[in-house]
Amino acid sequence: MDSVFGITYKGGVILATDQTNARSILTYQHNLDKITNLTSHSAMGVSGPNCDMVNFTEYISKNLQLYELSSHGTIKLSPYAQANFARNELAKALRKGPFQVNVLLGGYDTKKDVPELYFMDYLAALQKIKFGAQGYAGNFVLSIFDKEYREDMEFEAALKVIEQCIQELHVRFLINQPNFIIKKIDKDGVSVVKFGADPADT
Amino acid sequence: MARRYDSSTTTFSPEGRLHQVEYAIEAINNAGTCVGILAKDGIVMASESRITTGLLAPAKNSEKTYKLSSHAACNVAGLTADANILIDQARLRAGRYLYEYQEAIPIELLVEFVCNYKQSYTQYGGLRPFGVAFLFAGYDEYHGFQLYQSDPSGNYSGWKATVIGANNQAGKSLLKTEYEEPSVEEALQLAVKVLNKTMDGTAASTEKMELFKMTLDKNGECVHHILTKEEAQAVVDAVAAESKTDTDS
Repeated sequence: MDSVFGITYKGGVILATDQTNARSILTYQHNLDKITNLTSHSAMGVSGPNCDMVNFTEYISKNLQLYELSSHGTIKLSPYAQANFARNELAKALRKGPFQVNVLLGGYDTKKDVPELYFMDYLAALQKIKFGAQGYAGNFVLSIFDKEYREDMEFEAALKVIEQCIQELHVRFLINQPNFIIKKIDKDGVSVVKFGADPADT
Repeated sequence: MARRYDSSTTTFSPEGRLHQVEYAIEAINNAGTCVGILAKDGIVMASESRITTGLLAPAKNSEKTYKLSSHAACNVAGLTADANILIDQARLRAGRYLYEYQEAIPIELLVEFVCNYKQSYTQYGGLRPFGVAFLFAGYDEYHGFQLYQSDPSGNYSGWKATVIGANNQAGKSLLKTEYEEPSVEEALQLAVKVLNKTMDGTAASTEKMELFKMTLDKNGECVHHILTKEEAQAVVDAVAAESKTDTDS
């Protein structure tokens, strides 16, 4: 039921997810942050059962941080390498005990100065995309992206499109998802643009 | 005294030394010399090939230089049989990294892996250490061209220019005075000069040396090149001509 979608713009990537944590007929929380920070310049929007979401993202992010530590901070993996690493882990687990997560990995390549967005699903498929979505959300937002996306659009324009997507989900999606969290990744790193409910409120 | 503590690789002597490791390092000081020089636009590695008899079939491509991946190569000084095991490990590691990250392995990571492998033979298992020293040459997008040296203890360090094998001290002292951020062509000549010195007396001839250079092509891809006989001869001649003019003045 998770809505995960993202779009690249000139100088960065925007990732957005809903903040609902629910199972069956019960909502556990409305302020879950489903966008996990990986490194200083990359983050993953995740959908799936909570356990797999947490397990997978923590595994990937801690391994990526270990890599940076082991190289004494001299080597920062590009989003391309990070995405391939994550995909490889999904592939290894696939025929043993799969991670049932679908992921959008957004990152900023500080060497090449370009934003990158990757679509990764639980079968370990990997595809670089300009915009995309995971889950039911795709049925509603992909057509909006198709219509409104421009190559090298500015941040404000991209954010407007994201908010259009959220509006569409609010109006037309059967599942009630009152809150969304939006993050951007650019040359300055990962930052929260806005959220419906503060994830830190426990 | 030391005899009691030197048969087990994994035991310290009372003076705090690992004798087996030190003996392994000694073994390399009898091996054919290898020079490595970091140039502005590439790396040069030159080695002395010890041809013991004319009955030996000449090596198909190389005797001392081994390709580890598309962007890394190494030169060996020491027990070749030991080196083969380590080279296999290095190639596997580089290949597995490429499989996992779809990117070339950073050179230092590769060197560190081989060295950690060597180190474990000084601490576990009671097996003797590898009697090999390596010169690793490689290129990655993080640090450009890099030259590393490693020894049987599992220690490694990065160098602008260095020598391993027989008479390496003589070679290193020459490099200290003559190394000056050379181009690849200049580095080739400097390497031959160093080999001349370490092969003390016996004039350098292309039969006894192997010259290797690593550069980038116009697409930014690594090019490994072992100089042909003609190319090597040209370098040797250039060095001979230069030294002649030196002595003339």
